[in-house]
This record gives sequence, structure tokens and C-alpha cells, in this order.
Amino acid sequence: MRNPEISLHKAPDPSPAVMVVPSPPHYVQPLLKTPFHNRARALSQVDSFIPWAGYTTVDVFTNVEHEYFAIRNGTTLYDLTPMVKYRIAGPAAQRFLNRLVSRDITKLKVGRVAYCVWCDDAGHLIDDGTVFRLSEDEYRLCTAERQLDWLLSSAIGFDHLVIEEVTEQIAALAMQGPTSYSVLAHAGLQGVERLKPFELGAFAVADGISLMVSRTGFTGDLGYELWMDPAHAERVWDVLMAAGQTRGMRPIGSKALNIARIEAGFLQPNVDFVSSAHTVHIGRDRSPLELGLEWLVDFDKPYFTGRRALVEEKRRGPTRRLVGLDIDGNKPAHNALLYSDRGGRKEVGSVTSATWSPTCKRNIALAMIDAPHFTTGSTVWADIYLNRELVWERRMVRARVVERPFFAPDRRKATPPGNF
Amino acid sequence: MTSTHYDCVVVGGGHNGLVCAAYLARGGRSVLVLEAADAVGGAAVTREFAPGFRVSACAHLLHSMSGAMIRDLRLEDHGLKFSARQMPTFALSTDGAPIALGATAVTGATVEDAAAYPGYVGLLNRLAEALRPMLESVPPRLGTDAWADKRTLLQLGWQIRRLGRQDMRELLRIGGMNAFDLLKEHFASPLLQGALGFDAVLGSNFGPRSPGSVFTLLYRLAGAQGAPLSQPQGGLGALSSALAAAAAAAGAEVRTNTPVERILIKDHRAAGVVLTSGEIITAGSVISNVDPQATFLRLLGPEYLDAGFTRRVSHLRTRGLAAKLHLALEGLPKFSGVTQDALGGRLLISPSLEYLERAFNHSKYGEFSTAPAIEVTIPTVNDPSLAPTEKHVLSAVVQYAPYSLKEGWEQGRQQFEDVIIDTLESYAPGLSKSIIHQQLLTPADIEREFRITGGHWHHAELAFDQFFMMRPVPGAAQYQTPVDGLFLCGAGCHPGGGVMGTAGRNAARQVLGQAA
Repeated sequence: MRNPEISLHKAPDPSPAVMVVPSPPHYVQPLLKTPFHNRARALSQVDSFIPWAGYTTVDVFTNVEHEYFAIRNGTTLYDLTPMVKYRIAGPAAQRFLNRLVSRDITKLKVGRVAYCVWCDDAGHLIDDGTVFRLSEDEYRLCTAERQLDWLLSSAIGFDHLVIEEVTEQIAALAMQGPTSYSVLAHAGLQGVERLKPFELGAFAVADGISLMVSRTGFTGDLGYELWMDPAHAERVWDVLMAAGQTRGMRPIGSKALNIARIEAGFLQPNVDFVSSAHTVHIGRDRSPLELGLEWLVDFDKPYFTGRRALVEEKRRGPTRRLVGLDIDGNKPAHNALLYSDRGGRKEVGSVTSATWSPTCKRNIALAMIDAPHFTTGSTVWADIYLNRELVWERRMVRARVVERPFFAPDRRKATPPGNF
Repeated sequence: MTSTHYDCVVVGGGHNGLVCAAYLARGGRSVLVLEAADAVGGAAVTREFAPGFRVSACAHLLHSMSGAMIRDLRLEDHGLKFSARQMPTFALSTDGAPIALGATAVTGATVEDAAAYPGYVGLLNRLAEALRPMLESVPPRLGTDAWADKRTLLQLGWQIRRLGRQDMRELLRIGGMNAFDLLKEHFASPLLQGALGFDAVLGSNFGPRSPGSVFTLLYRLAGAQGAPLSQPQGGLGALSSALAAAAAAAGAEVRTNTPVERILIKDHRAAGVVLTSGEIITAGSVISNVDPQATFLRLLGPEYLDAGFTRRVSHLRTRGLAAKLHLALEGLPKFSGVTQDALGGRLLISPSLEYLERAFNHSKYGEFSTAPAIEVTIPTVNDPSLAPTEKHVLSAVVQYAPYSLKEGWEQGRQQFEDVIIDTLESYAPGLSKSIIHQQLLTPADIEREFRITGGHWHHAELAFDQFFMMRPVPGAAQYQTPVDGLFLCGAGCHPGGGVMGTAGRNAARQVLGQAA
């Protein structure tokens, strides 16, 4: 069913040569089902589903701890289909993307992936995502949220450009964990050991089914993301599950993944920052410099949206920064306000993500902290509230500012990867 | 080979570009003006449109270039002569004598309207006078600590405050109003109303009932303060020649037939231009007289601009609605009830506000007016040199002609020409028989001929939301663009078009205020 309204996405006047392929109507039914839904439904023991970008997806299959430890000790399958995907193609695609994101896209070779952020004119983060270079003039942009409006605005003035949302045309699985390589090898993907981190390639899996595999992920560990035709989704799932049977493989939901991504120091939109497309109040936007993503900002390339503002911000110096925290005790500092002193007289920031790290055996968090308290080694105090059988307790706990990531095993980078 | 580096390169030799070049050269900068056409002037040019017949090809009257600027640039020493000054305006009627509109009095109107007229023009002129400093100044930025910004805002506030309680209240009351309602308050005669309403909508996408049309009227009057309606000897091209001579005398160089391909960026700032010939000219500052959309989207390209800024530029309203008609005539036309002397003035066909509004209605739906409003001049009455002996030229601004005609101008052109000539014929019987040659320039033609995106003679619509601090768009309203070293100096900047030159002068001041 195609809603005629969506075909009204037109290129703005000054760039009539920009062709926009309409996306299918994701709003026709409140929550869509991914091509893996039937498999997930069958394996879900606690019936815990959550909405994600218009899809219903699994939050927990069985038990968060089991799923988390599978990420760190075995292999996990995570349904990535709701990730918003755009095909950006045409002779102007590289110039368009290079102006969109703050990294130098001209350095991205065919067959490589780059983690990128993009900003508005004021240098405030709109979203982060990955850019895949599929061929000379064809890229894929994967993002957490829909970006069509911003992509169209950014396309003004560019000719010979196609921007197409392909979210529903591509099913995706994240396969993460130390044994992920050996499961893929066991499933018959020949040559997958040659993939270096942030590299992608096409591999045959079974019955002539071809997959695109990229060595990317959201766990900070060895892992892959698999991109396929939705028609092949269930077959691929079955092949991988069978191959993983003896290698500690299990499907996971978003809750377990969230612990792993905090250990890896990765940011979650709407948790660690709010897109400047959604903030209402002045001062609640975040720049990549504030989020500790300066390594993604190339001030030397010709231009990107927000450069002028970021140059000025860099000149003025940072007023706050997202940093890692190592907190005393074992009580996660969810939403804690941070103070410069134990007495709680001067507020200097707040925690955005917190967890007990089962692997590091540390009480960790990501926090936005004002200058000068964000420097590594500084001490701040976290105001942690604990609900103990409906009795609230408040603890002021010492926290040290530390480098991210908290967990970064060498095996994540080893090529060829370990055959565990 | 001499050096191809200049302190300043001005892209486009329209009147604003030439004014800017003259002031920059006077400020001690080495200046090069690059004009794509074979003559400077942009939309202020005189062209031969039929063998022996010449006409001001786009703008045909001078009404807003201040005497101060003409004196300051010593344009009269550089060859500017006027064949007519203080030209009167006549509101034509098919069934009676025209009404003559003077600076302070009106003749031919009813006794009541004649009595109301001085009060009306007095009020509007006082309000316009208060707004004039706004036209002269560089628009301030909000939220800065810069003294210049504060001074401009204070000055504007003071000008309005010193209007006194009554006038200030009237300014606030009528400032956002439409011309239709205002004129109905003051006058009873449809003919007088129609003629006075015409100036509120001339060259804009407004009908007399459009909100904000009093603002465009005040804008026009403010521009005309100290600059009465006049006709340069030899057409508007003669003004451009004088400006070019003034610029040259100050040391600026001008190259015609030299289209610019793109603006050169080096180390994140404008560093010069690349010509279509491939030649590179480097410069400390690049000043664009080209309209904002073409400057940013074509000459510079989106790759050097923020996406939000580019979106604002792309949303500028740039579509013209005024066409230009040129007629080569066997003899002097006879307009009913109009004396021979009056033919040297400005003749308006806008018999009532309802007529004008109806003419506008068509344009909203991509149609041309079937009964258009027309500003007629017969420049050869004052300046016989424009045509062979005893022959005449008629130059008319015709509204409304949408940039994108529903059936396309290929299809509609002949029909629209017929409509205009029929309309003229009803005011000047016998005119059509004396036509030797006719030329219609639609906004699409104006876009092509004068290299103005959308064919709007103000480059961008003049309206509240595209004025002063918002002209052309926030972020480029002080002539400085977001790109270091790149400036705008054309009609798309404050205070806009009409052959005024203020944008060019203000831009030069901004460039000179910074290291070149």
C-alpha cells in the first residue's frame, strides 16, 4: 500500500536535478514488524518488546544478565533493521556528504565505513551515524532518527543527487561478541577474516544468499553488522543460529546492548544528547566538541555545516564536556546530579548514562560536566538516590573523571580475528 | 603580463556595483569590476530595440538616487545630464480629463479630494522622512555590543519618536496596513485612489489590498526624499556610463564581456574569481553585485555554506511580476484629455483600486492581467535623441505578468502584448496604428537579459520579512556574507532596488571598515 501523500517529497526549487525517492509510509501502521519478528517472537520468553523508530523490537529475550554476558563471552544477534538507512548516490554524493558531516569524507575509500556526526548552522549536533561507501558514487547513511528534512535542506544547490530512504528495503543484524567471527566462518562466509575494523564486503552465506557484512558495531568488541534483502532475513537468521549453537550464541534485546555500549563509551541519542532538531530551549543543544567528539571534526577540509560556529566555539574554549566517570560503590548513578563538593553546594553537571559494568567490575557513567571540572582526574560528587523497598535513601558518592572507553579489548581490532 | 591581483573584485557592473567600486577606489583600494554583458549598467542600461530607436531597457525613471550621492560622485562632471527633472504624474482616464498629481497639490480631482490631498502627502512624507535614515544605514545586528549597531537602532527609534505623538501613532497604525484601506480613508475619487495605490504595488508581488502595501508605499516615498522623478539624457544607460566614469576616475578598472564562472575559496575565505574563460583573478575581497541566490548557489556553491543558511537563501522570494513594453512609434501618441506638455511626464493607467486589485488577482494563479495597470513614459518627448526625427518611443512598466505563466510565455506572449496594446489604445486612440516595432520583456526575459534570478527588479521581493536586518537573509544583512572576504552589494541587500546606489555605497563602507 502506498500513500500518495508521501510522493509529495519534492526537491526544493533551486536544485531541480535532485531526485528524491519517496520512503514508504512507516506511519500507516503504528508499529511495523521487522523481517526477523517471527523468529524473535518465538524466542522471546518474557514478552518484552519496545518501540524503536516505528518498529516493535525486543527489549529483553530472557534475562538481561545472560544476554549481556553473551555479548562479552560468546556471540549475540541483535535486530538492527529499525536503524534508519538512506541511499545517497550520484556524481554529487561525495560533495554532498562532505558538506553534511564534519569528517573528511573524501578520505573514505570504497568498501569502508566511517562513524560521523552532523551539525546545524550553529555547530550543534543533529545526529550521529555511519557512512558506508558502497561504490564510487554510492553511499549509505545509517542514523538513529529520520533525517530526510535535513538531508533535503542540505541538498539545496547540489545537482545529480539521489537521496532515498531504504530502511525497509534492508534487513540488518548486529552480530557481536568474541566468537562472532568463528560463527560467521562456521556459517560458511569465506574470507570474512580479512575484514578489518570499519571495512565491508559481500559474502555468500547459503543457497546463493548474499550478505553485505561490515566490521562495525555498538559494543566496543569484535563484531559485525550484516545487511540483507528482507526476503532472506529468516533464512539467514536460521543459518546463523545453527552455526552459533556451540559458540554461546543467543539473541539479545536493547537492554543488554545498552550496558555494553556504555562500557564502550558510545553515545545514545536522546540519552546522552538531544538532537538540535528537537531541543526547544537555548543551551540544551550539544556540539561535537562538548560531546568529546572533536576527533570527528576536521577543521582543515573545505567546509561542513556548522564549521564556522565550531571554529568560534573552539576559540572560546569549552564550557562543558561529556566525560566518563568512575564512581565509588556499586550503585549505578542513574540521572544523578553532580557537585564539586561533598556538601552539594555547587552543581557542576549531571549523569546521562550509568551502569554497573559487570566486565570491568566498576561503577561507570557518562556525564556532562562544566568547566573546569571535566578534566581527567578531577573529582566530583554524585548525588545518588536509592529506592529500598519504597524507602528513598540519598548518598553523596565520590566520582573520578576518567578516559573513555571503559572497556576496549585488543580482540576488537585484531585482523584476522581470534577463532574462539 | 600585469598582475591579476586586486584588493577588491566587484562581480557585476550594475549601478550598485559601480557605486561600490567608485567608493572602494576612493578609499584607496585597487578595484576591478567584472561585467558579463557588453556594457555596464545591469538593469540601468539604454539599448537599441529597433533600428534607430533606443530605450532604457529595464528601469526607465530615476526616482531614488539621492542628490547627495550624485553630487558626492560628481556624476554631472562625468557626463550625467537630465532631460527632465521633477516629472509630474498624471492619472489617465478613458472618460474625462486626467488628474495631475503634484508634490503638494492635485489638479483635476474633486474639491474634497483636492482639499484632502495636502494632508495626505504631508503625513506620508513626514513618515517617509523619519524612515529615510533607515534606508541610508547599514542594518544593525541584534544582540551585539557593537556601538554602530546600537547607534543605528537608537537613531531609528529617535527618528520615529520625534515624529510626535500623533504621527507616531499614525505610523504604527498604518505601517502594516494595506494601501486600499488607507486610500479609501482619505479620498473619494476612484481615479485618484487608483493612481496613488499604483505606487504602493509598483514592482512588487502586491495588490493594493495586500497587507504591507502601505509599507512599500512609504519605502518608495522614503527613497524619493530629495530625489525627484527624473529622466537622464540618453536614458538610464547614461547614468551607468557616468557611474563607470566616476569609478574609473577614482582608479577602478572595468572589464565588460567578462562573465564570472565562480568565486574562488582559499583557506576558508573568498580569494578571487574564476572567469568563464578560465582566467583567475585573485583578490582580498570579492563583492558581488549579483542577486543573492545566484551569488550563493551558483557562483559560490552550497559546499562553502551552512545548510540552514542555504535553505534561507533558496527560500528568498525572487519572482518578478512586472513586464516591460517598448514601442517604436511613427509619431507622438495622443492620450485623451492629455496636453502635449503632460506627455513628458509619467502617465498611469490604474483607474481605480478595484481595477488594480483585479489586475493583481490573475497573477496569483499564474495568469497575466487581462486589464493591466501600466506606467507609461514617452522618453522622446524630453529627449528626442533616443529616436529618429519626429518619431517616438513609448516605454511602459506593465503589471501583472507572472514569472511562471501557466501556459508558458512562449504561448502567452502574443496574447499579453495584444492585451497591453488594446489597453493603451483605449487611452490613446490610434496608437496601435503608429507602432513600427514592439518589444515585450516578461520577468523571464528580464531574468535572462539582465541576469537577475527570477527577474525581480529588486532582486528579492521588498516586504517586511525581507527588509532591513532580514535582507536578503539574516546572516548576510550587513553586506558581509558568512564567508570571510565575500560581500554583497546589490539590490538584494538593504535598502533594495530601484536605481538608488545606497546598497553599493554601504557595502563599500563595510569593506573599507575591514582589512582588504
